Amino acid sequence: MAFSRIAMPTLSVLAAVVLAVGFYLAFFVSPEDYQQGQTVKIMYVHVPSAWLAMMGYGFIALSSFGLLVFRHPLADVSAKAAVPIGAAFTFLALVTGSLWGKPMWGTYWVWDARLTSVLILFFLYLGLMALRSSMDDEVTAGKLTAILALVGVVILPFIKISVEGLTIPWLGIEIPSWNTLHQPSSVLRAGGPKIHPSILIPLLVNALGFTLLFFAMHLKSMRNEILRRRVRALTMAEVQRAQAFEAEILAE
Amino acid sequence: MTGFVAILGRDLRLALRDGGAMGTALGFYLIVVSMMPLAVGPDLKMLSRIAAGVLWIALLLSALLSLGRIFETDFEDGSLDIIAGCGLPLELVVAAKSLVHWLTTGIPLALAAPILGLLLNFDLSATPFLVATMLVGTVAISFLGAIAAALTLRARKSGVLVAVMVLPLYVPTLIYGITAISIALTPPGSPWPSFLLLSAISLASVVLGPLAAAAALRYQVQ
Amino acid sequence: MIETLSGTDLVLERGGRVVLLGVSFEAVAGQALVLTGPNGAGKTTLIRACAGLLPVSSGQISLVGGNGELTIAEQCHYVGHLNALKTSMSVRENLLFWAAFLKIGSTETRLEDTGQTDKGSVRALVDGALEWFRLRDLADVPSGYLSAGQKRRAALARLLVARRPVWLLDEPTVALDAQMRDLFVDVVDEHLLSGGIVLAATHLPLPFRTKRELRLRLRADGAGSGPCISGAAS
Repeated sequence: MAFSRIAMPTLSVLAAVVLAVGFYLAFFVSPEDYQQGQTVKIMYVHVPSAWLAMMGYGFIALSSFGLLVFRHPLADVSAKAAVPIGAAFTFLALVTGSLWGKPMWGTYWVWDARLTSVLILFFLYLGLMALRSSMDDEVTAGKLTAILALVGVVILPFIKISVEGLTIPWLGIEIPSWNTLHQPSSVLRAGGPKIHPSILIPLLVNALGFTLLFFAMHLKSMRNEILRRRVRALTMAEVQRAQAFEAEILAE
Repeated sequence: MTGFVAILGRDLRLALRDGGAMGTALGFYLIVVSMMPLAVGPDLKMLSRIAAGVLWIALLLSALLSLGRIFETDFEDGSLDIIAGCGLPLELVVAAKSLVHWLTTGIPLALAAPILGLLLNFDLSATPFLVATMLVGTVAISFLGAIAAALTLRARKSGVLVAVMVLPLYVPTLIYGITAISIALTPPGSPWPSFLLLSAISLASVVLGPLAAAAALRYQVQ
Repeated sequence: MIETLSGTDLVLERGGRVVLLGVSFEAVAGQALVLTGPNGAGKTTLIRACAGLLPVSSGQISLVGGNGELTIAEQCHYVGHLNALKTSMSVRENLLFWAAFLKIGSTETRLEDTGQTDKGSVRALVDGALEWFRLRDLADVPSGYLSAGQKRRAALARLLVARRPVWLLDEPTVALDAQMRDLFVDVVDEHLLSGGIVLAATHLPLPFRTKRELRLRLRADGAGSGPCISGAAS
C-alpha cells in the first residue's frame, strides 16, 4: 500500500503528460493520409488499444500464474483488477476499429482478420468476468478464474493463427487466414504497408501513454479491491464472533 | 487402469440408461438445422453454400447442452469427494468422463450430420470429410468442454455460463473443420493440411482439458 | 502395520475464513477417535482435510506405519454426509463400482499382482458387504427407491468393499435406527480389532468398544481474524 501511495500519483501524472504529448503529435504533427484524410488519426487510439487488449490479457495470465503457482497474496487482486480495464480497452479497440472502417469500407463492421481476433479476445474477457461474478465464494472464484485465464492464454495463439493465418517462410509454414477462403479480401492493415517514422513516433508515444494509463488505473483498482476485502474481513469477523457467542450460550 | 475402466463403464452405463440426454441433443440438432432455412429462405443454392457452417455451429450448440452436467451429479451426490480423494489421479477421471461424453454425444451428432445435411442441400461428395472433421472436432469439444463444466460446478446460471466461456475456445476447431470441408468441396487444393491442424488441436485438447479441469475440480471440492 | 493418524498444530481454512486454529489430534490403531462439538466447530473440515479434500494451511497431517508409496487419502475410506450413490444404479452395481474404483490402496491389489482373476473376489467382497448391512434383499433395487436409512446403510457398505486401514466417518449413523446403528458399531469394532484406525465426527452416541473423545469448541477471539477453535483431548 505504501508503494502505491507514491507510485499512483507519479504514474497518473506521467500517463497524462505522455498522452498529452502523444495526442499533440498525432493531431498536429503527423501527416494526413492521402486517401483517408484526418480519419486515419483514429489509428493512434485504435492501435494502442488493440495492443493493450493483448497485453492486458497477458498480464492477467501472469497474475493468474502467480496466484496458482506461487500463491502470492496480491496476485488475485491484480488479476481481478486488470480484467475490466483490459476488457474496456478491447472494447475501445473494437469501437475505434469500427469507426475507422466506416469511412473506408462503407459499413460499420467488416470481418477483417485482425479485428475478428480482437472480437474473440473480447469474448474471452467476458468469460472471465462472467465466471468470477457467478460464485459467492470469492477465494474459489479467484482460483477458478485464474485457471480459465491460463487456459485462454494457451489457446489464444491458436485462435489468432486460425483467424489471421501464419506465415513463417524460413520454416516453410504458410497457414492462410480464415477469411481469405470465403472472399479474396483486400485486407487493410492497421498501420499501412510501411510505417514511416512520422507516423511511427506518435504511435509509439501514444502506445506508451495508454500503457501508463492502464497501469495507473490498475493500481488504483487494486487499492480499492484491497480496501474492500478488508471491510469484508471485518464484517465476517463480526458474524463469527456472534456465532461463537451463541454457541457458548447454548453450551451452558 | 482398473479405476479408469471402472469410471468409463459406470458413466457409459449411466448415459445409456438415461438415454434421454442423447436423444435431446440429436433432437436439438435437428431443430436448429431446420430453423435455418426458415430464417434465410429456401433457396437451395444458397443453403448449399452455408450448409457446412450451419451444420458445424448447430453441432457445437447441441454438444454444449449436455456438457455442463458431466460432473454435476457426482458433485451433488458426494461421489466426487471420494473420486477426487482416494483412487485414480483426477486427470484420468476427467479424461474418462470426457471420453464418455464424446462417445455418447459427439459421435452420434457427427454421424447425424450428413443426414441433416440433406435438409440443407449439402453437397454429398464432401460427406466423408464432413463426418471425419466432425468426429475429430467433437473430441476437442468434449475435452475442452470438460474444463468449462469443472469451472462452473458451483456457479449460478451455469448453463449459459458454460457456453459463454467455452465457445471462444472452439474457434480454431470450428475454423479448421470448415476449412477442410470447403476445400474438399472446391477441388484445387488439399483439405489435408487443415484436417491435420484440426487433429493436432483435438490431440492437444486431450492433454490440456483433463489437466485444467482436474485442477478446477480440486478447488471445487474444498 | 498402521499405527497412528495424527495432526499437529493444524490451521484449516474454508472460503477464506479460518475454521480450525491450532488443533492437534492423534488417532491410534485399534481405538476410535470420536470428534464432538457444536455446529461450525470444524469437525467436518478436519475430516475432509484428512481425506485429502482440503489442503492444510499450516501444520501437518501424518500417517505412521502406512504404505509409503500411497498418499494418506489413498489409504482412507471417507464417508461424508452424502451417500455417493447413483440413483439409477442398483445397490449391488454401486458397490461393484466402488470396489473396482477403490482398489488402489486396498490390500486386494496384491491379488492382482499374482495374476489371479479378481472378478470373483470382488463379487464375493460385495456380497459380503451386502450381507453385513442386511442389504441382500435390496441388492438389485435401484438406489433411488430406497429409504433414507437404507441409503445410509448402502453408503456405509462401501467400507467393506475395499480394505483400507483408515476410516474417516462424518455423522455415519444419521438416519439409522437403533438396531442398524448397533450393526454399524459391530462393523467398526471388527475393523478396530483388526488394527484399523477410525476417526469419526458425530452428534449422536457411538458406543464403539474402545474410544477416545476429542471435543472441539468455538472460542470467540478478540484479536484479528475471527474465532479460534481449539481442541482438547478429554
